[in-house]
Amino acid sequence: MRTNRFVPYLFLLPAVAILALGLLVPLYNSVMLSFYDWGFGQPWSARRFLGFANFERLLTDPGVWRSVRTTFVFGFWVVTLEMLIGVGLALLLEKAVRGASFIRTIFVMPLMIAPVVVGLIWRYLLDARNGIVNYYLTEIGEALPFLQALGFKAQTWLADPTLAMVSIIVSDVWQWTPFVFMIVLAGLQGLPGDVMEAAYIDGANWWRMTWHVKLPMLRNILLIALLMRIIDVFRALEVIFIMTGGGPGSATRVLSLQLFQTAFTSQDLGYAATIALLLSVVLIVFSIVLLLFSNPLKDKADF
Amino acid sequence: MAATVTPTGTHHRRRLPWGEISRWAALIVLASITMAPIFVMFATSLKTQVEIQSAVPNWIFMPTFSNYQTIITQYRFTPFLISSAVIGFGSTAITLLTAGMAAYALARMRFPGRGLIAQTTLIIRMIPPAVLAVTVIGFWISWGIGDIVPGIRFTLPDGLGRGNFLDGSQLGLMLFYTALNLPFSIWLLFGFIRQIPVELEEAAIVDGANLLQVLFRVIFPLMGAGFAVSAIFTFRIAWNEFILALMLTNRFTKTLPVFASEFIREEGVLWGQMMAVGSLIVIPPMLLTFFAARQIIQGVSAGAVKG
Repeated sequence: MRTNRFVPYLFLLPAVAILALGLLVPLYNSVMLSFYDWGFGQPWSARRFLGFANFERLLTDPGVWRSVRTTFVFGFWVVTLEMLIGVGLALLLEKAVRGASFIRTIFVMPLMIAPVVVGLIWRYLLDARNGIVNYYLTEIGEALPFLQALGFKAQTWLADPTLAMVSIIVSDVWQWTPFVFMIVLAGLQGLPGDVMEAAYIDGANWWRMTWHVKLPMLRNILLIALLMRIIDVFRALEVIFIMTGGGPGSATRVLSLQLFQTAFTSQDLGYAATIALLLSVVLIVFSIVLLLFSNPLKDKADF
Repeated sequence: MAATVTPTGTHHRRRLPWGEISRWAALIVLASITMAPIFVMFATSLKTQVEIQSAVPNWIFMPTFSNYQTIITQYRFTPFLISSAVIGFGSTAITLLTAGMAAYALARMRFPGRGLIAQTTLIIRMIPPAVLAVTVIGFWISWGIGDIVPGIRFTLPDGLGRGNFLDGSQLGLMLFYTALNLPFSIWLLFGFIRQIPVELEEAAIVDGANLLQVLFRVIFPLMGAGFAVSAIFTFRIAWNEFILALMLTNRFTKTLPVFASEFIREEGVLWGQMMAVGSLIVIPPMLLTFFAARQIIQGVSAGAVKG
């Protein structure tokens, strides 16, 4: 199409300006701040140049590495459970779900509601004194005493380091398993009908069908779902902030929460910016890996 | 197609469809697990403090709207609702307009820098609000919208200062929420524009339309579905986001998630009021889900399947 050569830039200007001000400038500011010692509320002129001292501190900071470890523990369990349950359910329910659009609607709900609300609901359910979970665990434990040894009794869910981790994992699995389920289901329904038909005619049973035909064909979609869940693990903050605030102690303080508390509680902005850079680098690397499997520009030779 | 194929095709005897029944049973159990926590929130919001703190959960109770009454009459609920709505709808409108224009330029025009802009949006799309929050605390809070680039100071025109209806903190949030949603929206709309035959635009230009007219009269009206998906996802972030809102808003411009979090007090949690605010926060997204579940699933899988 013949156009004035400035027209494309005019069309892009508003979006690029917003992206620059809203994402690139804050990133640039983080890079710059990471070389300074600057406290919250101080005038900018009160900053102190530190060189690479913040980066050296980052490499040896036990708090940061503990939070990285916590992120890995949290991430390992939520990603494993969500992938297993989400893929399993999609395979089992592939057929019935075709007609069940109302139930499909229900599975979308957890993805749409505010993380703050997810956090406060689970905090209420798991409340040690008034929580419904504890009430029914106690009831079951009293009815069937041999189950008490398996944990069917009142637990201090959010006050015990291990149980607090279990609690945030449960809330994440509740909220995000439907995401994996929906993506895999969409993939299953997009599989070519003639290939499936040929496999059935060849006498493949459900198990062989799943293991040798469907899952290999879904490989890319499974990888994309996995990568998106990993990326979200590093972004997760609000639900944990509301449920445990990182506690007890630092048992559930994931990296993004460590960043937030360094900035807001410790008010150590220079160092917080350094942690923000670490988190940004991790997420940019994963974004690039994700682009290798799912790129809107791929197959469009003109880019 | 696949629908005509059944793995049990060799069975011709009439019998109860156990497979079907067990799948439906499983679905109903899963749906209950999904909805139960949300249902508990709604139920709790309709209970009195005494009922909430009773040792035995009471499923049968006389619903009362006293928690809702409290948050509306004793707290500044209405201004916060307006603040949330302005930020939610404002970011959505700005995102659709700017993403639509950008997607059109990327989909239909050739120009130097096109690849660079495209790749950059894809690489920075996962930056989380927590990272932005650091600079928000540093540079934005003390001056409303503040020194964005240190050394260059932006001052807001009168009438957009603190405490006014639309103040710097709300504009700042709209900027961030739009920026966080633009990459996804641009690529979603890009895909939709690519499917529109270019002959339509050429015909309009032959008829004497300029490019803006082509965009607003020919392209945008054909993109209802794309705009719907993009709007749902933008509104979801802007309405639900907590960390940046906590950082940026002041006591006049709080959004509802920030307001809800304030019922967690040192001396305990005011569950009733908190659940009432929580219920009101989830109603708009739940309505959206009921009316547009198909579009939401399309958007979720667009991220995975098409990119």
